[in-house]
Amino acid sequence: MFLIECPWCGVRDETEFNCVGEAHIVRPLEPEKLSDEEWADYLFMRKNPKGMHREQWLHVAGCRRYFNAERDTVTYRISATYRIGEQAPGEAGK
Amino acid sequence: MSQRFRTGQGGRIDREQEIEFTFNGKPYTGMIGDTLCSALLANGVHLVGRSWKYHRPRGVVSAGAEEPNALFQLEKGNRTIPNARGTQVELYPDLDASSVNCWPNLDFDLLSVNSWFSRLMPAGFYYKTFMWPKSMWLKYEHFIRKASGLGVAPREPDPDRYEHSHRHCDVLVVGGGVAGLSAALVAARAGARVVVADEQSEFGGLTLASRAQIDGVEAARWIDDAVAELRGMTEVTLLPRSTVFGYHDYNFLTINQRLTDHLPLTERFGGREKLWQVRAHQVVLATGAAERPLIFANNDRPGIMLASAVSTYTNRYAVKPGSRAVVFTNNDSAYQSALDLNAAGVEVTAVVDARSDSTSEIANTVRNSGIEVLNGSVVVDTAGRKHLRSVQVMRLSADGSSVSGNRKSFDCDLLAISGGWSPVVHLNAQSGASPVWDDEAAMFCPGEPTQAQVSAGGANGTLDLPGCLREGAAAGANAANACGLEAKLAVPAAEQVDSEAILPLWALPSPYTRGRGPKAFIDLQNDVGVADIELAVREGFQSVEHVKRYTAMGFGTDQGKLGNINGMGILAQTMGQTIAATGTTTYRPNYTPVSFGAFAGQNLGEHLFDPARKTAMHGWHEENGASFEDVGQWKRPWYYPRKGESLDDAVNRECLAVRESVGILDASTLGKIEVRGPDAARFLEMIYTNNWMKLEIGKGRYGFMLGEDGMVMDDGVTIRIGEDHFLMHTTTGGAAGVLAWMERWLQTEWPEMEVFLTSVTDHWATAAVVGPKSRDVVSSVCDGIDFLAAAFPFMASKTGSIGDIECRVNRISFSGELAYEVNVPANYGRFMWEKLMQAGEPYDITPYGTETMHVLRAEKGYVIVGQDTDGSVTVDDLGLGWALSKTKQDFIGKRSLNRPDTLRKDRKQLVGLLTDDPATVIPEGAQLVNDPQAPLPMPMVGHVSSSYYSACCGHSIAMALVKGGHQRMGETVHAPLANGRVIKATITTPVFYDKEGSKPNA
Repeated sequence: MFLIECPWCGVRDETEFNCVGEAHIVRPLEPEKLSDEEWADYLFMRKNPKGMHREQWLHVAGCRRYFNAERDTVTYRISATYRIGEQAPGEAGK
Repeated sequence: MSQRFRTGQGGRIDREQEIEFTFNGKPYTGMIGDTLCSALLANGVHLVGRSWKYHRPRGVVSAGAEEPNALFQLEKGNRTIPNARGTQVELYPDLDASSVNCWPNLDFDLLSVNSWFSRLMPAGFYYKTFMWPKSMWLKYEHFIRKASGLGVAPREPDPDRYEHSHRHCDVLVVGGGVAGLSAALVAARAGARVVVADEQSEFGGLTLASRAQIDGVEAARWIDDAVAELRGMTEVTLLPRSTVFGYHDYNFLTINQRLTDHLPLTERFGGREKLWQVRAHQVVLATGAAERPLIFANNDRPGIMLASAVSTYTNRYAVKPGSRAVVFTNNDSAYQSALDLNAAGVEVTAVVDARSDSTSEIANTVRNSGIEVLNGSVVVDTAGRKHLRSVQVMRLSADGSSVSGNRKSFDCDLLAISGGWSPVVHLNAQSGASPVWDDEAAMFCPGEPTQAQVSAGGANGTLDLPGCLREGAAAGANAANACGLEAKLAVPAAEQVDSEAILPLWALPSPYTRGRGPKAFIDLQNDVGVADIELAVREGFQSVEHVKRYTAMGFGTDQGKLGNINGMGILAQTMGQTIAATGTTTYRPNYTPVSFGAFAGQNLGEHLFDPARKTAMHGWHEENGASFEDVGQWKRPWYYPRKGESLDDAVNRECLAVRESVGILDASTLGKIEVRGPDAARFLEMIYTNNWMKLEIGKGRYGFMLGEDGMVMDDGVTIRIGEDHFLMHTTTGGAAGVLAWMERWLQTEWPEMEVFLTSVTDHWATAAVVGPKSRDVVSSVCDGIDFLAAAFPFMASKTGSIGDIECRVNRISFSGELAYEVNVPANYGRFMWEKLMQAGEPYDITPYGTETMHVLRAEKGYVIVGQDTDGSVTVDDLGLGWALSKTKQDFIGKRSLNRPDTLRKDRKQLVGLLTDDPATVIPEGAQLVNDPQAPLPMPMVGHVSSSYYSACCGHSIAMALVKGGHQRMGETVHAPLANGRVIKATITTPVFYDKEGSKPNA
């Protein structure tokens, strides 16, 4: 069972959280202008990396806030958690 | 004479307390401190079970968790335990044990005929033989299971209580042998919060059977002192009889503590087991090492035992495991067993050592004590059906590939075998590491840890006593230091005994033609022999995981603890590759079997982990005979049967009462979410498919929520209470999901929107008063509201009072009748309900439940999201396209409505179905076809989503999703049922009642 650091509440057991999938998927501002392929890409296509993955979590049995986490899908190590709107660690300067 | 194999002195048993027990109905005596196996051996009982497949006689092999044979059914009735390892069952007065897997009894097992045909029953036998004809498998399976089963599960409810406990600690020490105790002492002395768990009744591990000295005193005495010191420290928790069975992520470990299994049945009070869930900063794995057997023909006879187990029975339990022994080994450790047997007065005829020479001190000590040591020799076969009678020894060639010379026979009833040692790396591997093969030591050692963990002592491949003490103390110090403490390293002293290298041996060379000789067993529990592995390789299996599944090696209650490493060695040997390249199978929790009760804990019966939610009127429903159904977490009244009424009778009566006069439904469970803030209306515009900006205050509107894929996700009426204030209703089951969904958009996509969401489902109690007389009832109860149709139209919402209690009345309808939903603060729910019942008396007001609600809404063709939709249904598919705004730029899911797939003409669409026979109700879920005579596989055109008998219409009604259904009005479809019956039905509109829809506006 993971230990997850909620950026609002601190370290808690995994049972307090839901993982809700890949992070940093931005809803297109004008969906009507997208081709079917572009829209399908937004809707369905998700990364499935071996290694570092940025994903969204919800502290459902806590502050009920969504936040992002950087997790290694092989070792399960969570290297960072950060609030929505904050830059992903390692992204600075890119 | 009882216990005639008990030695005269020594051991850790209480000789003052002789106790009685029974095995297979026969009485025996043992001592407190015995295990079931040690007590049986003390009585000279070696034959304890039959093997799984061939029903061969089997005896006790080990003294621990790796035991494959000595499995027992303990006790009878509701406290019966199947497959208990007798090596780990503490003897208690009146224990009742019997063998598993023998019929009609242990001594005379009819199924042992399997043994004669063993050559005809190789790996994959059942797969190959019984797969044809396919239809017969179910019949074969019954007999195969009867023949091959182990113990019997209890048939009555478990009378015992099980508990859960959570713990955080600095250092969790797994294993209370000398390495673990050294670690715990150093860490605890530094002030660390330490938990020590050990699976045995006493701490000390294998060293309890050792006659060595630590810090100048007997090892057993040192162990007692160490345990006493630890027990005296407040931050130390000692958990005996506690198996750490799972190592999960982030140093989360699960421990099963057995609290009462060692007590007589009459003295078992309180919880039987406790499941500890421990989060540890640092973990010390001191789980020790397990001895491996050697693999030769007929190596499974009762009386053939691991050398370390022989020492344990002799020294710890004061039992002679035989009268005349031969020791067979490929390493130095078994020499100690020869000395232990000798000291206990058991004649040791010979030590057979596969190594060409043995010159270590202990080997010479054995020679000097008059025991013959046969170097460069191996045991090639044994004799004795139910108990070992003799062993045959031959010379091993220099390269170890063949045997030669005369067979030399030794009479003996005990063969102590040692094929080397395997560190118990299970938890290390479970934690994410990959065990590493050490060629020189011939063992899998723990892999590089991926968590805050260190292995010490036997678990780390260190087999000598001083090494175990040294590594344990160092591990304890490092763990404490890693927790920010300052540990002082103190290593207990013990004498270093030199030892010579092991000669790794897997399948021993045999004088028999390959595949023709007697079976040489690798996995005793699953009757997997060397020939089975060779066969699997010949048939093309290469991966160790596949070989495991084909041969069944490593399955069963022991999970290959005894045989797996040998099996991997033999697989590597057969394939001509290294063991490192062959690798291990995956180590998974649980280390040993854990009872279901331990996992369930107190979450039983009514006390489930998922709470049962009850409305404020629940008591009234109970008092008035309601039958309940679960809707999400809620208990909802299903129907209110009167005396002698069936479900159908009650529902027909309730439906007619609503349509003709007035009914009342507890609607408190509908999800209610307050949506507030300056941007509330703008937010709803995105969440719902229709328009919200211009909705008047005090009015409600029905809306659909879509997923971004355009599929219907939830529906309900939302009321505008103020300019910036809405009250949203969701489905009962969807409330939590909808709240989380909306929060996600607000928090992650539109944080600039000023909107606040609050779940208020529990704040309000809601009664839906439904039917032509509902206005009379509600208006006589609620004050301060003008109920005239013109002043209070359909879809309006008004506030008033019931006595001193504020109430909100919404004129909305899920039945197609004139209806009002009355809301009061939840604590006044029953007060409101009783007022309405009283006011309804003149109209014979009828309480109704969810079943009637479903029929009423189906008569009107109203859908239930989740019943008539399944995540692949659009609003257009439901024929409700009017609910989609044509003017809005955007809403969630809008773009998807133009995807080619969403626009397909042959999508499944919602229609009504009328059966030819008005009384026939099609089962919900029935598949629909156009031509029931079509060849298989029959093309399916849809399915029935809702189906009822409508008393109001006088015939059955159904809703179905049918491909292109909107264009098929009047056409015929068929529902072929599993029993062969075919129901014919005509496609129609799903609105069966009040088609013009005038009634709600009355």
